Amino acid sequence: MEMPAPDKGVIARRAAIAEELRAIVPGEGVIVDEDELRPYESDGLTAYRTLPLIVCLPETVEQVAAVMRYCKAHGIKIVPRGAGTSLSGGSLPLADGIILGLGKFNRILEVDYDNRCARVQPGVTNLAITTAVQADGFYYAPDPSSQIACSIGGNVAENSGGVHCLKYGLTTNNLLGIELVTMDGEILRIGGKHLDSAGYDLLGLLTGSEGLLGVVTEVTVRLLPKPSSARALLVGFPTSEAAGDCVAGIIADGIIPGGMEMMDRPAIKAAEAFVQAGYPLDVEALLIVELDGPEAEVDHLIERVRAIAEEKGAVSVRVSESEEERARFWAGRKAAFPAIGRISPDYYCMDGTIPRGQLPLVLRRMRELSEHHGLGVANVFHAGDGNLHPLIMYDANKPGELERAEEFGGDILKLCVEVGGVLTGEHGVGVEKRDLMGTMFNADDLAQQQRVKCAFDPDGLLNPGKVFPILHRCAELGRMHIHRGQLPFPDLPRF
Amino acid sequence: MTQALKPETPAQLLDAIAWANSDRKPLELVGTGTKRGLGRPMQTAFTLDLSAFTGISLHEPAELVLSAGAATPMAEVEAALEAAGQELAFEPPDFSALLRVPGMGTLGGVLAANLSGPRRIKQGAARDHFLGFEAVSGRGQAFKSGGRVVKNVTGYDLCKLMAGSWGTLGAMHGVTVKVLPRGAKTRTVLLFDVDAAAGIAALTDGLNSPCEVSGAAWLPASVAARSGVDMVAREGAPVAALRVEGFGPSVEARCGMLRALLKDRGATEELHSHRSHAFWREVRDVAPFAGADDDRIVWRISVPPTEAARVIAATAGIKGAEAYCDWGGGLIWLAVDAPRTGADGLVRDAVATTGSGWAQLFRGGDALRAAIPVFQPEPAPVAALTRRIKDGFDPNRVLNPGRMNEGV
Repeated sequence: MEMPAPDKGVIARRAAIAEELRAIVPGEGVIVDEDELRPYESDGLTAYRTLPLIVCLPETVEQVAAVMRYCKAHGIKIVPRGAGTSLSGGSLPLADGIILGLGKFNRILEVDYDNRCARVQPGVTNLAITTAVQADGFYYAPDPSSQIACSIGGNVAENSGGVHCLKYGLTTNNLLGIELVTMDGEILRIGGKHLDSAGYDLLGLLTGSEGLLGVVTEVTVRLLPKPSSARALLVGFPTSEAAGDCVAGIIADGIIPGGMEMMDRPAIKAAEAFVQAGYPLDVEALLIVELDGPEAEVDHLIERVRAIAEEKGAVSVRVSESEEERARFWAGRKAAFPAIGRISPDYYCMDGTIPRGQLPLVLRRMRELSEHHGLGVANVFHAGDGNLHPLIMYDANKPGELERAEEFGGDILKLCVEVGGVLTGEHGVGVEKRDLMGTMFNADDLAQQQRVKCAFDPDGLLNPGKVFPILHRCAELGRMHIHRGQLPFPDLPRF
Repeated sequence: MTQALKPETPAQLLDAIAWANSDRKPLELVGTGTKRGLGRPMQTAFTLDLSAFTGISLHEPAELVLSAGAATPMAEVEAALEAAGQELAFEPPDFSALLRVPGMGTLGGVLAANLSGPRRIKQGAARDHFLGFEAVSGRGQAFKSGGRVVKNVTGYDLCKLMAGSWGTLGAMHGVTVKVLPRGAKTRTVLLFDVDAAAGIAALTDGLNSPCEVSGAAWLPASVAARSGVDMVAREGAPVAALRVEGFGPSVEARCGMLRALLKDRGATEELHSHRSHAFWREVRDVAPFAGADDDRIVWRISVPPTEAARVIAATAGIKGAEAYCDWGGGLIWLAVDAPRTGADGLVRDAVATTGSGWAQLFRGGDALRAAIPVFQPEPAPVAALTRRIKDGFDPNRVLNPGRMNEGV
């Protein structure tokens, strides 16, 4: 993975830069000691590591703004970082860049039930928001599997999802406002407690922009009343086709479940061996369907889903009769990643989305790819929305296996795009999928996206090396290539 | 005399915009023209007629997606979805009566204006259902974003930027949206004789309960009296309304829960199926201000729900003022009899005191829409950012220039 060439001049001035940053962020907030920098050298995509130039941990928005202004004035790169759980290398450091950590922004500022929202600082964890409001019957809907650790600021940057997205949306559908510091050091408030935007939807644009457009210093999230009940079905199928048919049948019946997860045989086996969730081991595909809402609705829909599952050839159907049983159904799915970690020294988690009807084809091709690359793969799948998480098993200590795993992963993502899907459903592009962007977008598409970047950060100082395979200078992107000077007539009907 | 360019293919669209760009000829983008009365009035020598880009190219109900030409009439989209038991869950409004235009316009138009109805509070806005598009920028370059799957975070989410950009960034010719199953049943609980503050408090109770409310509106007595739904009109009282939709047994149960929840606030009633539909259509389409003899100025205002009653009170003194709320108080429709100024100072001051929100001059004559800001003026740094974004898509200002703000 090639990153922008480090600026030797900046690296040479490291000590002086640290001193100047200390004038902005006093105390322990500026880290230069190698041992203390070490924890920041990678994020959730641990295959990539770089020691940052300096780590800076501001405590106030004014300090963030001052750091940004300083870096802009001196041409120093910034990599924003929340909890460092990105699976796509979104906060991979740069040798000549400052890690701007938002970890000290860890307070819930306001809970406003009457307007169904909460104002929180970006370092608050996703789960902490729900924890703060659940006693009053509310929750924050997006629930990425890292929710115990990941920060809401990171969720905004990555537009994080979770298992309940199909019904409740991703992060972008659950935000009302943000406070943003631009690379110019300007503090902007976008949105608030009202709905929609009077001008361009900057909130929507910033969400999922992977830390390339600005640094989020406050987030206003929507709170939802907690559903009064939830029950789950655990359904086994002899083929993945049958499981896919069942998912289509449920949706065709007008049902949007709170969660609908699929696992293939290797994933079922690994999960069952790890947590003994009681999963059937003689099936090719397992579906967990969770219905939530008022009891009258859940009880009604459970029966309808059961009937659909049986009609589609389910070989085992179990319905949760208690909260403990529902939790047990989920236990295996939630432990799927560590379960694979138990049977394989390393695994590489992919994140493509496909049109769900293509699932049987994609699984078949994936088995072929698995043989071709000589590496095992297990699949967990957000079945309702087509978001696939193949887990490629490899051993980093065996020479060449990491490279093979990455190649295999790249082939899977290309396959996703080929069948009409996309490179990433919820993990982001980061450095991981950066060089595959060309499979989905042509040069003009990417240039238009980069012009958006130029509107926010014309010098390319914020998180460079992420998302875009080729860095263009903004002057070059702004240049106009006029290719016609005359009204093309008579090709064009005029009235 | 305005001349129209009517490209028939994406390649011709590209040619037309490339020509406009090189010759610095501003274009007004038009589908079926139903939204020409919205935003700032355009005075371009050329219009870019996009009406050739029609037709549903893909509808896979089980995948919850629909792709169509951007100028596909909404009526066609809604008919196709209805046949499959689906709908656009953001409940796109039909402003044809309010704006005195024929029809609801096109799918691309609804997305470019980011217009959503009562269900916005539960299912999100048009922008939340906008999955992908193909367009030509003002630079005369084709570009696309998003895809045809419902979950996608690949690259910047330009769908969000295009939604509500009123054709100022790109001319879309193909769009893909998320489509959802339509609720089998609908019911509405009515609570009578509550003023704005008490009405919105009741809506808050409903929205904060686990009843999955999909519509929450408050109407003053004068507005309620003009309803075509007899049960709403005959009480001669202000009314708060909460809608539930979905499967039969669930709707009945939630309706009962809501009535129990509201019982201490006053007498409640229920609207069933077609009455419930008719009522929410009125709320959605601003029917209360769409009467043939009603030519008042209409404002569309979004504030935090708890601020709505205060904004309504602060604007009540304007001549001819009448207001009702949707979105649990988060959306106010305000009609005023102020044809020359729109009473914009008073309206925007009232919004400013809430600390969060915007006011859009929605219905008003060309002269008024040219004279005062139609959209909420942006703080200087945001306005500068808006201009720089526009620069990236349309540096020579050929696509709907000035439709939203001067210079953009």
